[in-house]
Amino acid sequence: MATFTLNINGESREIDVDPNTPILWVLRDHLNLVGTKYGCGIAQCGACTVHLEGTAVRSCMLTVSSVGNQKITTIEGLSENGDHPVQKAWLEVDVPQCGYCQAGQIMTASAFLEKNPNPTDEEIEMAMNGNICRCGTYIRIKKAVKIAANTNNA
Amino acid sequence: MTLVKTSIGRRSFIRTTGLAGGGLVLGFSWLASCKGKTEAQVMQMPKEWFDINGFLKVGENGLVTIMSPNPEIGQNIKTAMPMIVAEELDIDWNNVLVEQAPLNTAIFTRQLAGGSQSIRQGWEGLRMAGATARHMLKTAAAEAWQVPIDEITTSPGMLHHEASGKQAGYGDMASAASQLDIPEEVELKDNDTFSIVGTDRKNVDGPKIVTGKPLFGLDVYEEGMLTAMIIHPPAFGMTFTSMDADAAKAMPGIKDVFLVDVYPEGVEKQWSDGGGIPQLVAIVGESTWQCIQAKKAVKVQWEKSGTLEDSDYHEAALTEMLDTPVEAPARADGDVAAAFKKAAKVIERTYSAPFLAHNTMEPMNFYAHVTPDMAVLNGPIQTPEFLEKTVAARLDMPLEKIDVQMTRMGGGFGRRLYGHFGVEAAVISQKMNAPIKLVYTREDDMTQGTYRPAYKVRYKAGLDEAGNLIAWHVKGVGTNDDLIFENRFPAGAVDNYLAEKHNLTSNVTTGAWRAPRSNFIAGAEQSFMDEVAEASGKDPIDFRLELFDRAMTNPVGDPEKNDYDPARYAGVLKLAREKSGWDGGTNKNRGVSAYYCHNSYVAQVLDLTMDGNKPMVDKVWCAVDCGIVINPISAKNQVEGGIVDGIGHATYSQLTFVDGVPQQKNYDTYQLIRGAEAPKEVETFFVDNGIDPTGLGEPSLPPISGALANAMYKATGRRYYQQPYILQKPIVG
Ligand code: FES
Ligand code: FES
Repeated sequence: MATFTLNINGESREIDVDPNTPILWVLRDHLNLVGTKYGCGIAQCGACTVHLEGTAVRSCMLTVSSVGNQKITTIEGLSENGDHPVQKAWLEVDVPQCGYCQAGQIMTASAFLEKNPNPTDEEIEMAMNGNICRCGTYIRIKKAVKIAANTNNA
Repeated sequence: MTLVKTSIGRRSFIRTTGLAGGGLVLGFSWLASCKGKTEAQVMQMPKEWFDINGFLKVGENGLVTIMSPNPEIGQNIKTAMPMIVAEELDIDWNNVLVEQAPLNTAIFTRQLAGGSQSIRQGWEGLRMAGATARHMLKTAAAEAWQVPIDEITTSPGMLHHEASGKQAGYGDMASAASQLDIPEEVELKDNDTFSIVGTDRKNVDGPKIVTGKPLFGLDVYEEGMLTAMIIHPPAFGMTFTSMDADAAKAMPGIKDVFLVDVYPEGVEKQWSDGGGIPQLVAIVGESTWQCIQAKKAVKVQWEKSGTLEDSDYHEAALTEMLDTPVEAPARADGDVAAAFKKAAKVIERTYSAPFLAHNTMEPMNFYAHVTPDMAVLNGPIQTPEFLEKTVAARLDMPLEKIDVQMTRMGGGFGRRLYGHFGVEAAVISQKMNAPIKLVYTREDDMTQGTYRPAYKVRYKAGLDEAGNLIAWHVKGVGTNDDLIFENRFPAGAVDNYLAEKHNLTSNVTTGAWRAPRSNFIAGAEQSFMDEVAEASGKDPIDFRLELFDRAMTNPVGDPEKNDYDPARYAGVLKLAREKSGWDGGTNKNRGVSAYYCHNSYVAQVLDLTMDGNKPMVDKVWCAVDCGIVINPISAKNQVEGGIVDGIGHATYSQLTFVDGVPQQKNYDTYQLIRGAEAPKEVETFFVDNGIDPTGLGEPSLPPISGALANAMYKATGRRYYQQPYILQKPIVG
C-alpha cells in the first residue's frame, strides 16, 4: 500500500492503495465516483473511459501509480450541471437504452471533439469505435456526436 | 369512448389503500384486462389478474407517483408507463414520477421483465388506474361544489365547473377523493383523442445517465460492505475437489476464501436458478482490485464429473439428430413425401448457429446483507420474486424475511432472468456475517452463462411447374431446446407441410436470449424463403405475399392453430416495400425479410456494400406492427437496437468450446459489433392500426439476419448458411 494524491475533477484527493490499482477501482471503490463503469477490465470496451489531461484513456488499465499529478476528469466532473454540449446532445437524441455504456461513450466523444471540433462522419466512426454499446445505440451515438460538434462550432 | 368495468363479481381490479398518508392512493392490477370479456371467460381468468401489484398516488401537491412492479432493463418502460397513466388521468406528464416498487410479497406481485410483455400486460391496467383516479377526483369536486358530475371537466391537472367558474387542482381534491367508493365502471379515452400516448417523450432517466449518477447494481455501495468474487469450474462437466488458498488469504485486504455450497442437496432449483453452479469458491475482501488479485492466487483442483463437450461434438451431434427420425411430427398437413416426389424442383438447405453469451455490459452482480432476522438483497434482476423463493429455501428463512430490491440493469437480454448470482451473494453474506457485493469479472460472466443454444435447422421445399410452393419440410434441433415453432408461417399457407423437432441434451447451460429461438430461426427461414422464391422465378416479396394470401383466403388446416395473422404480416411487408422503393429484387445489394414474434410483426429491407467479407449496411427500412406505439422516439430506439444486435451477432459473434471450456472469455476474443459496423441509417415505420400495444424489446432482431444474408447473396453471389457469417467457410460445390 502507498499513499497517492490525485487531481480528480479539480479536487485533490488522497488515497492509500496498492500502487498497481487501476484508476477505475480507485474511483469506484475508494472515491465514491461510480459513473465510470467496469465492462471488461482489459481496455476493450471503453466503459471505463476518463480524461487524463484532456485525453480519453481507459481507466481499467491505468494504474494509480502512473498518474502523478496529471488531471483526471470523470463523467461526474465533465460539467457542473450536466450541460456539456455532448451531454445535451445525448439527451436531445435520446441515446441511452440501458445506459450502462453511455458515460464512457460521452467521455470518449467529448475528448475527441475537443481535439477535432469539425470531424467528418468517418472520423467520428473511428473515434467512437473503441466503445462497445451492447444495446446497439450506435446510430444515435453518431448522430449525437455530430450535433455536439455543430453546437460547439455555432 | 370505451367503458371498462373495474371489478367483476366480487373481485376488483382496483382498490383504495392506506399505503401512504394524504392524497389519493389507488392500488391496481397491472394485468387488469376485462374489456369485452363474457361472464364465462371471466370465471376462467387467472387469479393473478386481480392481484393488486401497482400503485398510483395523486399527492396533495398535485404530483402523481406510480409505483411500478416492473424492473427497467433498458426498454424504457419507466417512461412509457407514466405516459399511459398521464393520458387517462389528464395530467401534464412531467408531473408524473415512476418509482420502482420494492418487492414486498404481502402487497405486490411482481411480474418479470421478459418476452417484451411489460407494456402489453400493463396497457389496460394502467389506463384503468388513470381513468379511475380521474373519475374519483371529478366525483370529489362534484360533491364539494354540489353540482352533477357530468358537468365537471378536466384539463391537465385541473378540475373545472364551467357554469359556476369553479376550479381546483387535482391535489386539492385528492384527499376527499380517497374517501370515495371505487366507481364500478370508468370511461377510457378514445384513441384518437390521445395527446401524450403516441408522442415523443425522452427517457426520464436520461439526465441521470449522462451525468453518471449511481443507478446500477454495481453502483451499490453500503456502509461496511465487502466485495466478493467467485471462481467457478473452468469447464462445463467439471466440479471442485480441493484448493490451496493460503497465499490468497494472506494478501492485503482479503478477509476469507472458502468453498460455497450454493445449491446443496435438498435445495430445489427453480427454472430461474438455471446456470447456477452448485459449488463455487468465494473470495471476500475489502475492495474489488484486491479480490481480483487474490482470485489469481487461489489454486483450485477440479475433477471431471461429466462429459467435456467440444464445438466439434456439438456440430456433429446436431447434424446427427437432423438425420434421426422423430417419434412424432410437431405438425403435419397433407403429404409432404408425395408432394416432393411430384415436385418440379426440390431445394434442401441446412443452417446453423453457435452458442452466444448474453454479454450485458454490466456483468452479473448482487448486493446481499443476511442477518439472522432479515436477508436484504439488492441488484439487477428480472425475476425478483423467484429469487426470493430460492433464497428463502436456501437460507431456511421464511419468505417474509427476504427482501429483494431492484436496481436499474445494465442490459438484460434474458440473462438476468436467471438469478443464481443473487443466491450466491446471499450465501456468501451469511457466511461472512457481513454485507457484501458479489461482482463477476467479465471473464466470470462470459464463461458461466445461460447461453443462447447452438442450433441447426434443415429446410426442404418443393415447387410445382408454375413455381408454386407445394411442400415445406422443416426439421430443427438445438442444445437443450427444440427450436421449431410449428404453427408459425408458412404453416397454414402450404398444402403439404411437415414440422419436426429434436432436442440435444448438453451440459453447457442455456436459457432465454433476446427473442428465444426466433433469434436464429427467423433468419434461417427467411434466407431459405429467399432461395426458394428465386428458384420459383418470382419477386421475393410477391412470393411471400402469395403465401400470406393463401393463409388468409384458404388456410390449410385449422386456421385457429396458426400462430400469426397473415393480414398483419402482409401489411408490414407491403409497407417496407413501399418505403424502400423496392425494385422487384433487381438491386444488386438489397435483401428483404419478415417475421412475427412476441405478438409483433416486422418486415425489413436492407441495403449494403461489401467491404471484403464484411457487410457494411447502408440502410435498413423497417416496418413494424406492434399496435399502438406509446412513445415513438423510444420505440424507434428499441427497433434500431434490435437491428444492430441482430446484425452483430449473426455476423461476428460466437462462443466455442474445447473440452467443456469456453474459448472466448472477454471482448478481445468474443467479437461484438462496433459502431463502424452498425448500419449507417435505420428508418422505422409503424403501422397505425389502433390495436392494443404489443412488445418491442425483441421483434426487430430476429428477421434482420435474414435480410442481411439475402443482401449479401445479392452482392457476392454466395448464400450464407452458417452464423457467424463472417467466419463461414466457403461452400464448395
Ligand atoms: S472496462 Fe476499461 S475498457 Fe472495458
Ligand atoms: S445503452 Fe446499454 S450498453 Fe449502451
